[in-house]
Amino acid sequence: MLSKRTFTCIVCPNGCTIETVCADGAVKSVTGQKCKRGEEYVTQELIDPRRTIATTVKVHGAPWPLCSVRLNRAIPKKDIFRVMDAINKVELQAPVHIGQVVIANVCGLDSDVIATKELPAKE
Amino acid sequence: MENRDVVIIGGGPAGLAAALELKKGGIDDILIIEREKQLGGILRQCIHDGFGLTRFGQTLSGPEYAQRFIDEVLAMGIEAMTNATVIDLSGDKVVTAATPKGLIQVQAKAVILTMGCRERTRGALAIPGTRPSGIYNAGVAQSYMNLFNTMVGREVIIMGSGDIGLIMARRMTLEGAHVKAVFEVLPYPSGLPRNIEQCLHDYGIPLYLSHSVCEIMGDKRITGVKVVEVDSAMRPIPGTEKVFSCDTLILSVGLIPENELSLAAGVELDWRTKGAVVDENLQTNVPGIFAAGNVLHVHDLVDFVSLEAEALAKGAAAYLKEGPLEKCAIEVGMDAGIGHIIPHRVSGTKDFQISLRVRKPVGKCTIMVKQGETVIASLSLPKAIPAEMIQFPVKAEKILTGERIEVSVHVK
Repeated sequence: MLSKRTFTCIVCPNGCTIETVCADGAVKSVTGQKCKRGEEYVTQELIDPRRTIATTVKVHGAPWPLCSVRLNRAIPKKDIFRVMDAINKVELQAPVHIGQVVIANVCGLDSDVIATKELPAKE
Repeated sequence: MENRDVVIIGGGPAGLAAALELKKGGIDDILIIEREKQLGGILRQCIHDGFGLTRFGQTLSGPEYAQRFIDEVLAMGIEAMTNATVIDLSGDKVVTAATPKGLIQVQAKAVILTMGCRERTRGALAIPGTRPSGIYNAGVAQSYMNLFNTMVGREVIIMGSGDIGLIMARRMTLEGAHVKAVFEVLPYPSGLPRNIEQCLHDYGIPLYLSHSVCEIMGDKRITGVKVVEVDSAMRPIPGTEKVFSCDTLILSVGLIPENELSLAAGVELDWRTKGAVVDENLQTNVPGIFAAGNVLHVHDLVDFVSLEAEALAKGAAAYLKEGPLEKCAIEVGMDAGIGHIIPHRVSGTKDFQISLRVRKPVGKCTIMVKQGETVIASLSLPKAIPAEMIQFPVKAEKILTGERIEVSVHVK
């Protein structure tokens, strides 16, 4: 059984339209991508779609109430809201630095939540 | 009055990149004036990732991308005044700013315009209906949520499919809101395909093309919108009206370069871009006043804003060191397939970069740059959409006459 699917690649702003053909659970062809990352993306997308997310956490003692955070590795799409719940339980104390690990190995998904903003302690 | 070689108005991505490149080009007397309390501009609230792929080869959030430039600006000892708003710019380059220490005036030899853009508002669209609360521009909602910890609503309708609206559809969904639909008046999305995919499709948010919000309902708070289908001439089709209940309406209906100061200085604007008319050095019609980034034309990616500001800095540094730049007398025009083009004028003696957007989506095509019948540059593309900025270089050695340059799209 051949199954065809069309994807819009989300790796970069080119947003290539990529066509895939699968047969008996195996990828037979991937066409339309401008680069190798597109092929990797759809291959991953066919077996286990993954995304990174970006959100904020509360921070105390900083000039601003929030610190932005993101995942440093993609997680399965189905776990996005579970990870949001975990992130929403965290609060930080200033100073916060870019790259600081906010939650290591969040929900056991082999991805860290890291801070993406420099927040000095309020004077 | 204080004297400076360069005053940069706006400390966002364009202003920061211009400052760094000027400094590296041997210009030391630089002052950045920024209205907000921190440098970084709009990137401070763009917490999603996808920035820096071209420049750094990795996907960063907005604040991370900005911080790389801010760190370098501080390390190089470039002076940046924050919490200071430029309120006037004169044609002879006197910059007047309101600062915490009072009003200041600076006489600059060169002025760099990097003020960015503003969002088109409900008023500009003239949507009929009541005037309740709960209607936000996408970027305003983004700042409330990402900077000030304030959720703007629970049942959300988004009007317009610009990238910020798409990003906010996902952001609000992650924070527990129910984003019911996105309505776009055009028959194609305004935002990038990847954002349609990862912000709407991933979360099951429907996108209705050729649909417009025709009425806003509600007394104190918005309670719903009436939506209508439009035909190919964007006229409402009677009988297609539907009502959607909501407590929040997000508008993502376009960005307009912020050029009040430019106008005060006598800078000529292009009605298409709403930004300055510039030459190949990104110099405006006022010698010594330059513009780059979203104040010049709205970009799709910040990586290109940084590059454009760096190109500007080269021209501005030459102006400061060597005096007035070469006259640019060759006009650059376009056909109906192109929405806008930068630059507007070139000298013909210098390589330059063309930036443009097509007016509507087309398939396989070639962008041709011609003088008369002679092709001086071209670019073939598998597809072109208005959401994406298209850039390519033109070599001076190909320009042999002073004839007008015409840029056109040829669909295969």
